[in-house]
Amino acid sequence: MTTTIAVDHLWKVFGPRPDRVVGTPLAELSRAELRARTGCLAAVRDVSFEVASGEVFVVMGLSGSGKSTLVRCLTRLIEPTSGEVSIDGEAVREMSAKRLRDLRRHRAAMVFQHFGLLPHRCVLDNVAYGLEIQGQSKAQRHRKAAAMIELVGLDGHERQYPDQLSGGMQQRVGLARALATDPAVLLFDEPFSALDPLIRRDMQTEVKRLHAEVGKTMVFITHDLTEALRLGDRIAVMRDGALVQVGTPEELVGAPADDYVADFVREVPRSGVLTLRWITRPAGDGEAVEEKPLPCTTVIREAVPQILRADRPVPVHDGDKQIGVVDAEQILPMIS
Amino acid sequence: MSSATVADADIDAGDAPARRAAVRASLTRKRVVVPVLVLAFVVAYLVLRVPEGASTGNTAAFRFFTDVRDWVDANRDTSPLFLYGLNYLRFGVSLLVDGVGAALAALGFAGLVGVAGALAFVLAGWRTAVLAVAGFLAFGVLGLTEASIDTLSLTLSAVILSVLIGMPLGVLAARVGWLGATLRPLLDVMQILPSFAYLAPMTLLFLIGQPAAVIATVIYAVPVTIRITQLGIAGVAPTTVEAATALGSTPRQLLTKVRLPMARPTLALAVNQTIMMALSMVVVTALIDAPGLGEEIIRSLERVNVGAAFNAGLAIVLMAIVLDRITTNAARRASASHHPDARRRLLVWAGAAVAAVLVALLPLRMPEFPITSPVNTASTWIEYHWYDATEAIKNVVSTVLLNPAQSVLASTPWWLFTVAVLVFGTLISGWRSALIAALAAAGVAGLGLWVHAMQTLTTVLVAMILTMVLGLTVGVLFARYDRMATALRPLLDAAQTMPSFVYLLPAVALFGASRFTAIVAAVIYAVPPVVRLVERGIRDVPATVVEAAQSAGSTPGQVLRKVQLPMARGGLLLAANQGIVMILAMVVVGGLVGAGALGYDVVAGFSQREDFGEGLAAGFAIVLLGILLDRLTQGISAGNGGRGTANR
Repeated sequence: MTTTIAVDHLWKVFGPRPDRVVGTPLAELSRAELRARTGCLAAVRDVSFEVASGEVFVVMGLSGSGKSTLVRCLTRLIEPTSGEVSIDGEAVREMSAKRLRDLRRHRAAMVFQHFGLLPHRCVLDNVAYGLEIQGQSKAQRHRKAAAMIELVGLDGHERQYPDQLSGGMQQRVGLARALATDPAVLLFDEPFSALDPLIRRDMQTEVKRLHAEVGKTMVFITHDLTEALRLGDRIAVMRDGALVQVGTPEELVGAPADDYVADFVREVPRSGVLTLRWITRPAGDGEAVEEKPLPCTTVIREAVPQILRADRPVPVHDGDKQIGVVDAEQILPMIS
Repeated sequence: MSSATVADADIDAGDAPARRAAVRASLTRKRVVVPVLVLAFVVAYLVLRVPEGASTGNTAAFRFFTDVRDWVDANRDTSPLFLYGLNYLRFGVSLLVDGVGAALAALGFAGLVGVAGALAFVLAGWRTAVLAVAGFLAFGVLGLTEASIDTLSLTLSAVILSVLIGMPLGVLAARVGWLGATLRPLLDVMQILPSFAYLAPMTLLFLIGQPAAVIATVIYAVPVTIRITQLGIAGVAPTTVEAATALGSTPRQLLTKVRLPMARPTLALAVNQTIMMALSMVVVTALIDAPGLGEEIIRSLERVNVGAAFNAGLAIVLMAIVLDRITTNAARRASASHHPDARRRLLVWAGAAVAAVLVALLPLRMPEFPITSPVNTASTWIEYHWYDATEAIKNVVSTVLLNPAQSVLASTPWWLFTVAVLVFGTLISGWRSALIAALAAAGVAGLGLWVHAMQTLTTVLVAMILTMVLGLTVGVLFARYDRMATALRPLLDAAQTMPSFVYLLPAVALFGASRFTAIVAAVIYAVPPVVRLVERGIRDVPATVVEAAQSAGSTPGQVLRKVQLPMARGGLLLAANQGIVMILAMVVVGGLVGAGALGYDVVAGFSQREDFGEGLAAGFAIVLLGILLDRLTQGISAGNGGRGTANR
């Protein structure tokens, strides 16, 4: 698997003379101390991560944690203070204005929380905007745009204007606009936060479906843990501008890195996220076990009936190797 | 976000109780200090006053301005400044005016009506088209075809120039931080200058006539174009701009495909306001020999032919209403919620057809029914039957308010006045505004026009008192009685679109030519916006607060006095600030109808060669007076009046 996005020691400091912070003792200060001392706000502090091609990478954090700034630094909608960002191996911070525009036009598109649609253009022309500014002919861009509108399920609404659509439909337009240029990378900045819960769930399903169909690399910003768990191949938890933990949903729930993350995941029904690996105990000496083993990647909830029905502990296999056994004693605390 | 605002916000949040305590302490201090200071100045006045009417006798300023004029006259065709700069400007503008004039003349009156109707139809709908056709036909009926076309072509020329200069500047001001910051104070000053003040310098640089009139009009109107354009561009939703940036738009694409289209309703409003300002100024430029309806009015006023003045005034009002309706409705259509439909092309053809039909149907000569003689009859009747009443009102105001106030102001030595402005200005609006105001006062004295300036100031103050009393009463009534507000609001709307000049006419009809006439005109001119601001201030008081006061058992009067008026303070003070600037502008124009003082000096400067210096000096004195009044009152509404925190 190849790396599509690599972020290395990225900083973004707002305020007077931000350059003086990074690489000096000031960088060691907490956010609040730095602010009191210099009037500078460290929105993103020394963040590093990599996103593999085709992966859905979710950045989660409360408001003010710097996650929206982080995603804007990826295509330099906000200019980073220091550090490296590379997309497909090309250093974004070294790009000329023209090269950067090419990146935004062809390789990385973004979906915004407040949609950012052009109110004076109909749906079709909104979706075609990215193609229009590349200089594509009207017929060509309208054809592609119509296909995208169909893909997001808005066919029939091409000639309507944004203010005639519901919030969910407007965000579908935003999604179609981002997809129209066929970018390899899609960036989402809290795209569904402004929608009501039912629509939000619909849209999440939509994103999962699109991901399966078009297979883009996605960076997805959210403050909603359920959303993060539903969509993310991996999740990064952000706090006060820094990454606290990066891992699979399972790792986050099973082994939170600190109290902050633990607090976040406390309400999550663990049996729906964790796999048998997390509750397997070593088999006792000569302990009798069931014949049919379960793979250790089985989600606990799905193994419940089989384990509870069994008379003896069920062996758990990682590949061909038995790593231990599970019986009702381990299962019950997980589902209580 | 700049860190300075972050820090400020922090300090505000942290020290709120301390700040409040400080404000309270300063209020208590004021309660003691103010009476003491007032007493001190009364004593100082009684001791130091000078005999009334004693001018400072300084005519050095007049001589200086006359010398400047003589130098300009001598060097107009030799100095490189004129040869390569101003004369070309004058020539270019006169080409434009001639071009627009020729185009309108080529259309002929019937063609003009047709085009106006068709434009209104396409831009603003059939209702507006009917209004436009009726309004333009009325010019013919009033017998003012040529004068109307002259006024229209001057206005159009000035609007074209204002838009060509103002819109790009407005866009730049919104996008380039330092340019916006540099322009802001400049525009502030330009917007408080009475239209009269622009005229004299224009004649100096561009002689009299149409080019000078158009340039003066552009200078008067362009601040509005810049302001509103800047507002529109700056108001474009940043999320949309960001989304378009994220798709790879170039700066130019951002401007042409995002910012300008999204600001379109505001830009249309900018054009609307520019037209209204330009029309209002074009009428005034009759004083520097621009042809048109304004010229008709001035000629009629000189011959005391009120009827003929009304006739031309009616034409101006109709032109203002038609131009305003077309552009306002066009602006409404430009807003995002009104989407263009496929019928647009059809509409344009229909518009052309309307124009053609109108042109074909119109007779070559319109039947003319000017309203001159009926108005004159009515005016004579009023003079004959109401003379006692109007004379009584005039005399009461003169003896009770005007004369005492004027004798006090005129007998105050200029330096004592300046010190008083400095001291009380500091108390009201901080030392910075006070210093500017005091410098302005000293400048007036330096121009050698102290007594005239004090006469003008007296008129302004009396008009201000009357305006505030009337405006407050009507505004409170409007806020209280919905039905009254709905019934009378169209009248206020119409009043605000009218060129200031027109307001002189009813005042002259009622009170003849006198100081008081200018006061009446100024009050009529300034009351509508004051009413509007007062009404909005009171209506903006949250319903919950009013409800709480009522549930505590307040009478309606108590709610008004103890809750609504105090909470509407910001609106009331803004009303005072706007009102006083408008009143000054009108009082100065009143110089045409016997108000004398600075306004008359300006007018005399145009008509008599030897008075040019004094006229130009009077123009500057008006500017200084405007700055003085604005700084003093702006301080109240924006400064430490106690509503600062709510505004952050």
